[in-house]
Amino acid sequence: MEYLFEIEGANFSVAGNASSTIKRALKQRNVDPAKIKRIVVALFEAEINVVAHADHGTIRVLIEENQVQMFVKDYGPGIEDVDLAMSEGYSTASNSVREMGFGAGMGLPNIKRNADVFEIESIKGLGTNAHIIIYL
Amino acid sequence: MKLSEIIKKLDLVVLNAANEDEDIKSAYASDLLSDVMGNAEAEELWITMQTHKNVAAIASLKDIPAVVLINNGKPDVDMLEHANLENVAVLVTNLACYEFCAKLYNLINCEL
Repeated sequence: MEYLFEIEGANFSVAGNASSTIKRALKQRNVDPAKIKRIVVALFEAEINVVAHADHGTIRVLIEENQVQMFVKDYGPGIEDVDLAMSEGYSTASNSVREMGFGAGMGLPNIKRNADVFEIESIKGLGTNAHIIIYL
Repeated sequence: MKLSEIIKKLDLVVLNAANEDEDIKSAYASDLLSDVMGNAEAEELWITMQTHKNVAAIASLKDIPAVVLINNGKPDVDMLEHANLENVAVLVTNLACYEFCAKLYNLINCEL
Protein backbone atom coordinates (compact mmCIF):
# COMPACT_ATOMS: atom_id res chain seq x y z
CA MET A 1 0.00 0.00 0.00
CA GLU A 2 1.25 3.47 -0.87
CA TYR A 3 0.69 6.78 0.87
CA LEU A 4 1.77 10.23 -0.28
CA PHE A 5 1.91 13.22 2.05
CA GLU A 6 2.55 16.82 1.07
CA ILE A 7 4.44 18.60 3.84
CA GLU A 8 4.31 22.34 4.23
CA GLY A 9 7.38 24.07 5.68
CA ALA A 10 7.00 25.91 8.99
CA ASN A 11 3.48 24.60 9.57
CA PHE A 12 3.93 22.79 12.87
CA SER A 13 0.19 22.52 13.47
CA VAL A 14 -0.09 19.59 11.05
CA ALA A 15 3.30 18.04 11.79
CA GLY A 16 2.71 14.47 12.86
CA ASN A 17 -0.30 13.88 10.61
CA ALA A 18 1.63 11.56 8.28
CA SER A 19 3.02 9.57 11.21
CA SER A 20 -0.39 9.31 12.75
CA THR A 21 -1.96 8.02 9.50
CA ILE A 22 0.79 5.43 9.02
CA LYS A 23 0.56 4.31 12.65
CA ARG A 24 -3.16 3.62 12.22
CA ALA A 25 -2.57 1.75 8.94
CA LEU A 26 0.13 -0.45 10.50
CA LYS A 27 -2.04 -1.21 13.53
CA GLN A 28 -4.84 -2.29 11.22
CA ARG A 29 -2.42 -4.67 9.51
CA ASN A 30 -1.47 -6.10 12.91
CA VAL A 31 2.18 -5.21 12.50
CA ASP A 32 4.35 -5.99 15.55
CA PRO A 33 3.95 -3.01 17.98
CA ALA A 34 7.74 -2.84 18.47
CA LYS A 35 8.18 -2.31 14.72
CA ILE A 36 5.37 0.24 14.64
CA LYS A 37 7.18 2.20 17.37
CA ARG A 38 10.38 2.31 15.33
CA ILE A 39 8.59 3.31 12.12
CA VAL A 40 6.62 6.04 13.88
CA VAL A 41 9.72 7.56 15.51
CA ALA A 42 11.64 7.61 12.21
CA LEU A 43 8.72 9.00 10.22
CA PHE A 44 7.86 11.67 12.77
CA GLU A 45 11.44 12.91 12.89
CA ALA A 46 11.55 13.01 9.09
CA GLU A 47 8.30 14.98 9.03
CA ILE A 48 9.60 17.46 11.59
CA ASN A 49 12.82 17.94 9.63
CA VAL A 50 10.87 18.98 6.54
CA VAL A 51 8.61 21.32 8.54
CA ALA A 52 11.49 22.82 10.50
CA HIS A 53 13.99 23.31 7.68
CA ALA A 54 12.41 23.20 4.23
CA ASP A 55 10.04 25.30 2.21
CA HIS A 56 7.99 22.21 1.41
CA GLY A 57 8.38 18.55 0.68
CA THR A 58 6.76 15.17 0.19
CA ILE A 59 6.87 11.90 2.04
CA ARG A 60 5.97 8.70 0.23
CA VAL A 61 5.42 5.64 2.39
CA LEU A 62 5.26 2.14 0.95
CA ILE A 63 3.92 -0.55 3.25
CA GLU A 64 5.08 -3.83 1.78
CA GLU A 65 4.96 -7.45 2.85
CA ASN A 66 8.36 -7.52 4.49
CA GLN A 67 9.31 -3.88 4.92
CA VAL A 68 8.16 -0.30 5.19
CA GLN A 69 9.94 2.19 2.94
CA MET A 70 9.82 5.95 3.41
CA PHE A 71 10.98 8.38 0.74
CA VAL A 72 11.37 11.90 2.09
CA LYS A 73 12.02 14.67 -0.43
CA ASP A 74 12.28 18.28 0.55
CA TYR A 75 12.94 21.58 -1.17
CA GLY A 76 15.00 23.44 1.36
CA PRO A 77 18.45 24.72 2.17
CA GLY A 78 20.05 21.27 1.97
CA ILE A 79 22.52 19.84 4.46
CA GLU A 80 26.04 21.13 4.05
CA ASP A 81 27.77 18.35 5.94
CA VAL A 82 25.66 15.21 6.28
CA ASP A 83 28.11 13.46 8.63
CA LEU A 84 28.06 16.44 10.97
CA ALA A 85 24.25 16.62 10.82
CA MET A 86 24.07 12.95 11.78
CA SER A 87 26.03 13.56 14.97
CA GLU A 88 24.08 13.80 18.22
CA GLY A 89 23.47 17.37 19.37
CA TYR A 90 24.25 19.16 16.12
CA SER A 91 21.43 21.33 14.80
CA THR A 92 20.92 24.34 12.56
CA ALA A 93 17.32 24.89 13.72
CA SER A 94 16.09 28.43 14.37
CA ASN A 95 15.48 29.78 17.86
CA SER A 96 11.71 29.63 17.45
CA VAL A 97 11.93 25.95 16.50
CA ARG A 98 14.16 25.31 19.52
CA GLU A 99 11.73 27.05 21.85
CA MET A 100 9.12 24.48 20.84
CA GLY A 101 11.48 21.76 22.04
CA PHE A 102 12.65 20.72 18.59
CA GLY A 103 16.10 21.36 17.14
CA ALA A 104 18.07 19.54 19.81
CA GLY A 105 20.12 17.70 17.21
CA MET A 106 18.46 14.39 18.00
CA GLY A 107 16.23 13.94 14.96
CA LEU A 108 18.60 12.34 12.46
CA PRO A 109 20.25 10.16 15.15
CA ASN A 110 16.75 9.01 16.18
CA ILE A 111 16.02 8.03 12.58
CA LYS A 112 19.32 6.21 12.24
CA ARG A 113 18.80 4.30 15.48
CA ASN A 114 15.38 3.08 14.41
CA ALA A 115 15.98 2.42 10.72
CA ASP A 116 17.43 -0.71 9.16
CA VAL A 117 18.51 1.33 6.15
CA PHE A 118 18.92 5.11 6.19
CA GLU A 119 20.41 7.02 3.27
CA ILE A 120 20.55 10.78 2.78
CA GLU A 121 21.48 12.78 -0.28
CA SER A 122 21.55 16.52 -0.10
CA ILE A 123 22.41 19.36 -2.43
CA LYS A 124 23.08 22.69 -0.81
CA GLY A 125 20.50 25.25 -1.87
CA LEU A 126 18.21 22.67 -3.45
CA GLY A 127 17.07 20.20 -0.86
CA THR A 128 17.42 16.81 0.72
CA ASN A 129 16.29 13.30 -0.16
CA ALA A 130 16.17 10.58 2.47
CA HIS A 131 15.33 6.91 2.09
CA ILE A 132 14.42 4.95 5.20
CA ILE A 133 13.66 1.23 5.35
CA ILE A 134 12.44 -0.71 8.36
CA TYR A 135 12.06 -4.46 7.91
CA LEU A 136 8.92 -6.09 9.25
CA MET B 1 -0.84 2.91 39.92
CA LYS B 2 -4.10 4.15 38.49
CA LEU B 3 -3.97 7.60 36.93
CA SER B 4 -6.98 8.60 39.05
CA GLU B 5 -5.00 7.94 42.22
CA ILE B 6 -2.03 10.00 40.99
CA ILE B 7 -4.39 12.86 40.10
CA LYS B 8 -5.94 12.76 43.56
CA LYS B 9 -2.79 12.36 45.61
CA LEU B 10 -0.74 14.95 43.73
CA ASP B 11 -3.59 17.48 43.41
CA LEU B 12 -3.47 17.57 39.62
CA VAL B 13 -5.93 19.74 37.73
CA VAL B 14 -7.61 17.75 34.97
CA LEU B 15 -8.25 19.79 31.82
CA ASN B 16 -10.08 17.21 29.74
CA ALA B 17 -11.89 13.92 29.99
CA ALA B 18 -8.93 11.93 31.26
CA ASN B 19 -8.82 8.19 30.98
CA GLU B 20 -8.32 7.83 34.70
CA ASP B 21 -8.25 4.04 34.68
CA GLU B 22 -4.88 3.97 32.89
CA ASP B 23 -2.24 2.11 34.85
CA ILE B 24 0.90 4.26 35.21
CA LYS B 25 4.15 2.53 36.14
CA SER B 26 6.64 5.24 35.35
CA ALA B 27 7.14 8.70 33.89
CA TYR B 28 9.44 10.63 31.59
CA ALA B 29 10.36 14.27 32.19
CA SER B 30 11.66 16.26 29.24
CA ASP B 31 11.03 19.41 27.23
CA LEU B 32 12.96 18.18 24.20
CA LEU B 33 10.49 16.54 21.88
CA SER B 34 12.97 14.31 20.07
CA ASP B 35 14.18 13.09 23.45
CA VAL B 36 10.63 12.02 24.26
CA MET B 37 10.19 10.53 20.77
CA GLY B 38 13.40 8.56 21.14
CA ASN B 39 13.38 7.56 24.77
CA ALA B 40 9.98 7.69 26.45
CA GLU B 41 8.05 4.45 26.73
CA ALA B 42 4.39 3.74 26.13
CA GLU B 43 2.14 4.07 29.16
CA GLU B 44 4.43 6.51 30.89
CA LEU B 45 3.32 9.88 32.19
CA TRP B 46 5.05 12.73 30.32
CA ILE B 47 6.10 15.69 32.45
CA THR B 48 6.90 18.88 30.54
CA MET B 49 6.61 22.64 30.28
CA GLN B 50 5.86 22.51 26.55
CA THR B 51 2.24 23.49 25.86
CA HIS B 52 1.80 23.35 22.07
CA LYS B 53 -0.10 20.98 19.81
CA ASN B 54 2.87 18.78 18.92
CA VAL B 55 2.97 17.63 22.56
CA ALA B 56 -0.44 16.00 22.12
CA ALA B 57 0.63 14.55 18.75
CA ILE B 58 3.78 12.99 20.22
CA ALA B 59 1.93 11.65 23.27
CA SER B 60 -0.53 9.95 20.95
CA LEU B 61 2.19 8.55 18.65
CA LYS B 62 4.07 7.16 21.66
CA ASP B 63 0.94 5.78 23.39
CA ILE B 64 1.55 8.09 26.34
CA PRO B 65 -1.82 8.33 28.12
CA ALA B 66 -1.28 11.59 30.00
CA VAL B 67 0.82 14.74 29.95
CA VAL B 68 1.53 16.76 33.10
CA LEU B 69 2.21 20.46 32.57
CA ILE B 70 4.42 21.81 35.33
CA ASN B 71 4.40 25.29 36.90
CA ASN B 72 0.69 25.79 36.17
CA GLY B 73 1.35 25.49 32.42
CA LYS B 74 -1.53 26.51 30.16
CA PRO B 75 -1.94 24.42 27.01
CA ASP B 76 -2.58 26.13 23.68
CA VAL B 77 -6.18 25.71 22.54
CA ASP B 78 -5.15 23.41 19.69
CA MET B 79 -3.06 21.26 22.04
CA LEU B 80 -6.12 20.61 24.19
CA GLU B 81 -8.32 19.98 21.13
CA HIS B 82 -5.81 17.51 19.71
CA ALA B 83 -5.41 15.81 23.09
CA ASN B 84 -9.19 15.35 23.30
CA LEU B 85 -9.24 13.86 19.83
CA GLU B 86 -6.40 11.45 20.60
CA ASN B 87 -7.60 10.56 24.11
CA VAL B 88 -4.55 12.01 25.84
CA ALA B 89 -5.18 13.41 29.32
CA VAL B 90 -3.84 16.91 29.99
CA LEU B 91 -3.06 17.49 33.65
CA VAL B 92 -1.60 20.51 35.42
CA THR B 93 0.48 20.87 38.58
CA ASN B 94 1.53 24.06 40.32
CA LEU B 95 4.83 22.41 41.23
CA ALA B 96 8.10 22.85 39.36
CA CYS B 97 9.59 19.86 37.58
CA TYR B 98 11.95 18.67 40.31
CA GLU B 99 9.34 18.76 43.06
CA PHE B 100 6.67 17.11 40.97
CA CYS B 101 9.03 14.33 39.82
CA ALA B 102 10.17 13.70 43.39
CA LYS B 103 6.60 13.41 44.67
CA LEU B 104 5.54 11.20 41.78
CA TYR B 105 8.57 8.96 42.19
CA ASN B 106 7.84 8.47 45.88
CA LEU B 107 4.18 7.84 45.21
CA ILE B 108 4.74 5.23 42.50
CA ASN B 109 7.66 3.49 44.18
CA CYS B 110 6.10 3.33 47.65
CA GLU B 111 3.13 1.64 46.02
CA LEU B 112 5.24 -1.03 44.30
